[in-house]
Amino acid sequence: MQDAITHLLNRIGYGRRPGDIERVQEAGIQKYLDQQLHPERIHDAVAEARLASFPSLTMRTPQLVERYPAVQKFARQFRIPQGDENKRDVRRQVLAYYEENGLNLPQKLLQELESQKIVRAVHSERQLQEVMTDFWFNHFNVFWSKNADRWLTTAYEMNAIRPNVLGKLTDLLMATAKSPAMLFYLDNFLSSSLKGINENYARELMELHTLGVDGGYTQKDVQEVARAFTGWSIDGPQRNGEFMFRPRIHDDGEKIVLGHRINAGGIKDGEMVLEILARHPSTAHFISTKLVRRFVSDNPPEALVKRVADVFRKTDGDIREMMRTIVTSPEFNSAEAQGAKTKTPFEFAVSSIRVLDGSTDGSRQLAQAIARMGQPLYQCQPPTGFPDRADHWMSNGAVVERLNFAVALSANRIPGTTVRIDDSMKSIALKLGSPEFQKR
Amino acid sequence: MVVTRRDFLKSSGLALAAFVAAPNVWAGKEHPIIIAIFQRGAADGLSMVVPFADKHYYSVRQQIAIPEPLSSGAERAIDLDGFFGLHPALDSLKPIYDQGHLAIVHAAGSPDNTRSQFDAQDYMESGTPGNKGVADGWLNRYIQADLESDSTPFRAIAIGANTPRSLMGTAPAVAMNRIADFGVHGGGATPEMENAFAEMYRDTFEAVKLLRRANPQQYEPARGANYPNSPYGQALLQIAQLVKADIGLEVAFVDVGGWDTHANQGSSRGQLANHLKEFGDGLAAMYRDLDDCMRNIVIVTMTEFGRAVRQNGSSMTEFGRAVRQNGSGGTDHGHASCMFVCGGPVKGGKVYGRWPGLAPEQLFEGRDLALTTDFRDVLAELLVKHMDAKDVSKVFPQFRPGGALKLL
Repeated sequence: MQDAITHLLNRIGYGRRPGDIERVQEAGIQKYLDQQLHPERIHDAVAEARLASFPSLTMRTPQLVERYPAVQKFARQFRIPQGDENKRDVRRQVLAYYEENGLNLPQKLLQELESQKIVRAVHSERQLQEVMTDFWFNHFNVFWSKNADRWLTTAYEMNAIRPNVLGKLTDLLMATAKSPAMLFYLDNFLSSSLKGINENYARELMELHTLGVDGGYTQKDVQEVARAFTGWSIDGPQRNGEFMFRPRIHDDGEKIVLGHRINAGGIKDGEMVLEILARHPSTAHFISTKLVRRFVSDNPPEALVKRVADVFRKTDGDIREMMRTIVTSPEFNSAEAQGAKTKTPFEFAVSSIRVLDGSTDGSRQLAQAIARMGQPLYQCQPPTGFPDRADHWMSNGAVVERLNFAVALSANRIPGTTVRIDDSMKSIALKLGSPEFQKR
Repeated sequence: MVVTRRDFLKSSGLALAAFVAAPNVWAGKEHPIIIAIFQRGAADGLSMVVPFADKHYYSVRQQIAIPEPLSSGAERAIDLDGFFGLHPALDSLKPIYDQGHLAIVHAAGSPDNTRSQFDAQDYMESGTPGNKGVADGWLNRYIQADLESDSTPFRAIAIGANTPRSLMGTAPAVAMNRIADFGVHGGGATPEMENAFAEMYRDTFEAVKLLRRANPQQYEPARGANYPNSPYGQALLQIAQLVKADIGLEVAFVDVGGWDTHANQGSSRGQLANHLKEFGDGLAAMYRDLDDCMRNIVIVTMTEFGRAVRQNGSSMTEFGRAVRQNGSGGTDHGHASCMFVCGGPVKGGKVYGRWPGLAPEQLFEGRDLALTTDFRDVLAELLVKHMDAKDVSKVFPQFRPGGALKLL
């Protein structure tokens, strides 16, 4: 029973805190799972109170652009020659100006995003919601450092991803397709019937977001989908940063996508494509495979994938129901699934703090340690997101970084993070650093 | 080193202890080294090595074309052989080409026709285009097939936190962020603690100890070599450092990104030019720094595929002229690109490979540069002739080599 609960807490959350096993045992596994599947019903005051120290999370894009401006914006005002923005005296002058005027560097937006992710994973009672947010952000990856995405990624996670992580896949698809962060990251805002199409989003939408690379689409389909999404654009990527459909550059001609004729016209063309993709059997299989890989094993059992894909088809892509099927499956609850997954650096760091009953403000030093272990949060450049396989994460360089983290955490030397040490520091460091603790 | 397989299962693995007991077996010994550089994101071969004398080049490429060497203005292609020219941002490579130590293989790449970057990278790194079922990488299979009794933990290395696909497999390989940080340090770690960790992760700590003994701190590149201040430049610097530390390095792998130029690619200047400058200057710095050592070294570059011949947004008339150019000023995913091969043993100063041409009927699927050299032909030749690989069919299974390029 204890093993089953530990396993559950490791998979639908970031590992146990002292006392968690007893609490779940008392409530019953079934009831705990039901609660986690409905995060909106869970009281979460502790985590929410901590989020108050990250003001950017609730700001709208124009406000972010104004309050976290790029240094280049002042280059002219200070007559800084291009390329000199990073020189030391220039930087000092600019930073003084930022301070006088209550401004922050864009880098601060990244720090607040990283911090809120760490704080929520450590402190939120809505553990499954955090795991799902991590999963779907990685599935629909965007790269924070790509120009305008520095001001667009905050709203992307808060508004496009978070509210939909246990909803319908269609809603996630629609939200990400219309999100300025994605439109910018995969260049669709540049795709135009007048200047010409850009295939980037169209290809990744099918390859990575829905059908999978072997899902049965052709180069011709990529071009037709790109035509359907012409005009899906941004109203000022570095000003308003809102989605905007531009009829003038939309290709209104007929398209054939995966054998379907599309001639609805206007914004409906792209929406129809998303509906077709969301209902395609390849999407059901691809999404199910990724979920089972994340929650059960690096080698997803095909029988379970099939059952989850059936649920996808019957429920119109209901993620909550797919998750229920996975977690209650014999495969998930089998002995061989326990400890079969290797923790990502983020999972390792968060579960370490949790098991030591720690608290954190998600400081920069913590995010930097996670990056050194191989996972720079919000800065995965390719649209694939981080791989979900053990062999990606455990190079000897990464092992050494994990051990250094284990030592620093058990010595309480990570600023902003405190853990409870009720054994010798050495034995705690060895426990966190052990091969067993790298598993979940 | 694949810790998951070796340390986690606590299998005995290769006996590295014997080596550590005799740490100087490599000192002064001549041995070949191969350094693979992966241009991740699909680098545009037509802009790196410009076919300026192909009569279709300027009509299909238009704004993003690189001006021909004889045109006026400073930012023109650098003539190599009257047909091809280097992008002006790669000017630091020209002296190496002139000295005969840099060769280019054009219209090269992976024969698989996927335009998925993930699949194409995966195929190139596994060394098995079209076959997804291969778990290990080509460089790792080379090490497996050519086991040497005196191999050290640093026989194969990559700079970066994660092991690249090319080096994954059962043979040990080291991946690390920074040489200087490779070890358990500070924050209250005691020797006793380190010993306990060393019991858990044996291979990792053999490498840590070996590096500590070699003590490659305070490194000053030779002959004023100036590496770019970027992760790529610093990775090359550290590899040079390990080469000189003489701790048994044979295979090294480096990534350099930023090639996915769907938008605002630029021409002689711009986004692509900036990345090319970093790329070329890094190579040139390494060549300069390693100097005499280069006689035993071959550096080879690869990219998952090239980019579409036309700028995105443009279409071609039946006469091969691009129309409606503009688009987003970039190029979408294509097919063949080019590879650079640099080092002492290389017969350079030449562009290798058959040029397929840019006329509409010569393009792959009507839009991309056709492929005339399989990347495995290049790599296999380097492994056999330079690295003395005994059985290259283990590295590239089911591969039927084309004609030898005679790069070496």
